[in-house]
Amino acid sequence: MKSLVKKSETLLSVESKIKNPKSKIPGAHVALFAALLMAGGVAFFAGRIDPYHLDVLTNIGINVILAVSLNLVNGHTGQFSLGHAGFMSVGAYLSAAVTLHFVPKLFGEDGGGTLATGALFLAALLTGGLASALAGLLVGIPSLRLRGDYLAIVTLGFGQIIVVMFQNLEPLGGALGLNGIPPYTTVFWVLAFAALTVFTIGCLVRSTYGRGFLAVRDDEVAAAAIGLDTTRYKIVAFVVGAFFAGIAGGLYAHFRLTITPGGFDFTKSIEIVVMVILGGMGNTLGVILAAVLLTLLPEVLRPVAEYRMILYSFLLIMLMLVRPQGLFNFKPGKAKP
Amino acid sequence: MTEFLQQLVNGLSLGAIYALIALGYTMVYGVLRFINFAHSEVFMVGAMIGLGLGRHLPEGTLWGGLVVLTAAMAGSALLGVTIERLVYRPLRGTATLNVLITAIGVSLLLQSVFQHPQVFGATPQLFPAVFPVKKIGFGDLVISSNQLVVITVAALLIVVLQLVVFRTRMGTAMRAVALNPQAAQLVGVNLNAVISFTFALGSALAGAGGVLYALNYPSVEPLMGVMPGLKAFVAAVLGGIGSIPGAALGGLILGTVETLVGGSAALSTYKDAIAFAVLILILLCRPTGLLGRSTAEKV
Repeated sequence: MKSLVKKSETLLSVESKIKNPKSKIPGAHVALFAALLMAGGVAFFAGRIDPYHLDVLTNIGINVILAVSLNLVNGHTGQFSLGHAGFMSVGAYLSAAVTLHFVPKLFGEDGGGTLATGALFLAALLTGGLASALAGLLVGIPSLRLRGDYLAIVTLGFGQIIVVMFQNLEPLGGALGLNGIPPYTTVFWVLAFAALTVFTIGCLVRSTYGRGFLAVRDDEVAAAAIGLDTTRYKIVAFVVGAFFAGIAGGLYAHFRLTITPGGFDFTKSIEIVVMVILGGMGNTLGVILAAVLLTLLPEVLRPVAEYRMILYSFLLIMLMLVRPQGLFNFKPGKAKP
Repeated sequence: MTEFLQQLVNGLSLGAIYALIALGYTMVYGVLRFINFAHSEVFMVGAMIGLGLGRHLPEGTLWGGLVVLTAAMAGSALLGVTIERLVYRPLRGTATLNVLITAIGVSLLLQSVFQHPQVFGATPQLFPAVFPVKKIGFGDLVISSNQLVVITVAALLIVVLQLVVFRTRMGTAMRAVALNPQAAQLVGVNLNAVISFTFALGSALAGAGGVLYALNYPSVEPLMGVMPGLKAFVAAVLGGIGSIPGAALGGLILGTVETLVGGSAALSTYKDAIAFAVLILILLCRPTGLLGRSTAEKV
């Protein structure tokens, strides 16, 4: 009896949330504002923070963007994609090409002021993001007709094809990659974009339109039966996910300063997928925590460098055996088969 | 023309190896419905066992080669069964994605264990020529004895596998489990035994593939399984995952196409992309693969 009352209470609260979706949104705006302020604050004191810690923080931010954007496709919409690193590479290459091409033309030797480089960097990131979104559209339209494992393997295939194409594009450095990318990525940019990604995808999924993603995930046939254009939802999720992956790629390129096609292969995609699954598919907070944890784990294991990858993979297996529903998924009920 | 035939022979021997690996993917998928990403590392371990043993045997003898091949198959089969028992069995019945991620974890674990300097290290090592080496010429066409060994062994193993699956009790049980695990259990099939047997069979084939691959491209390293594994998986999907003749056919097609394309100067750098382009084309036209049976989705 007690459990029944509890259940109806949770049902009521869910219902009230659905009835007043607007009550959620101002909170999200406040959170975004707070996150941006925090990013500004961290950037303001960046001079006093150990550069190593800043690097780790930057890595965390980039991985959060990647994981949260993949979560929209894999978690919220339930389409298993294994090609996220491919989209990341499109963003990385295109944005690096933009800065490498325009920096000498616009700023000459002196490198330009902070504001000018900032504007250029933003433009480069957006170019990378849009190009990546376009790639997402081109890949998504044919492949999203497939389901499950087949979709996974086709996205994996497209990811590999993108990498091979970059290996063969001589203007973009071929197999050697691009060098000498200007170091524009700062902690502020990364944290701000991470906050924006979480905010945008969170709002998208919570919006009336965004319920469609969840409907497609929960039961595609039923979603189609009530008149949702399921293919369209899948493609939108794919394109938005690819856009943010492209942004993350741009940030990564201007952080590492050197990019090679090999850095965006299948292993990188897997790394991102692991973050999403470990966080609990579709659980944004969990995915963020998993991205933080999985970025920190190799750093923590640095003292035992020789055994680092062995421990990493061993922990991964143990986590899957002990908490198959995702490390940070505290919702009752078992994981969906 | 000779050039084309030469590439065709090279392609067939590569395709035969892809087919051997693809069979393991397809059989495991048939009974458990998941992609065993650790399969490519079983292939690598097969080659490693071959390397460890081949160094202590005289080179270039037929019996030595067969001993190496058998030992690699046995070792790989043992590894496959152990992985299934320790890792996949506790996860049976949970979400497919979890098993997939665990498989990736196992794959990373095996790679990193072998990359540890005290186990093997990251530098590639030369694989000894355990089988007799000869060049056989038909006019301008040159076939190395290793290629013959690869094609013969692969063909023999595929025939044996076909016999096991269609002519033995265990094979019948395997097919029953692939059709419907619950119904198979109801009629008295021991699910665990069948799954262990499937892993043993598939892993033995991957181990044989590892030795044959190492013979043809005589070097061995911990990451050697990644690309062949990925392509063999593509081959399995191409032929229709779950279908044994499909996996063999897919492997042959993929190996041939890849070698022919790699042989033409203009496209050789796109070699790795070809496999996936072929796959995408086939899946878009025929989503269940060449020989896969399409099943209507029940709601």
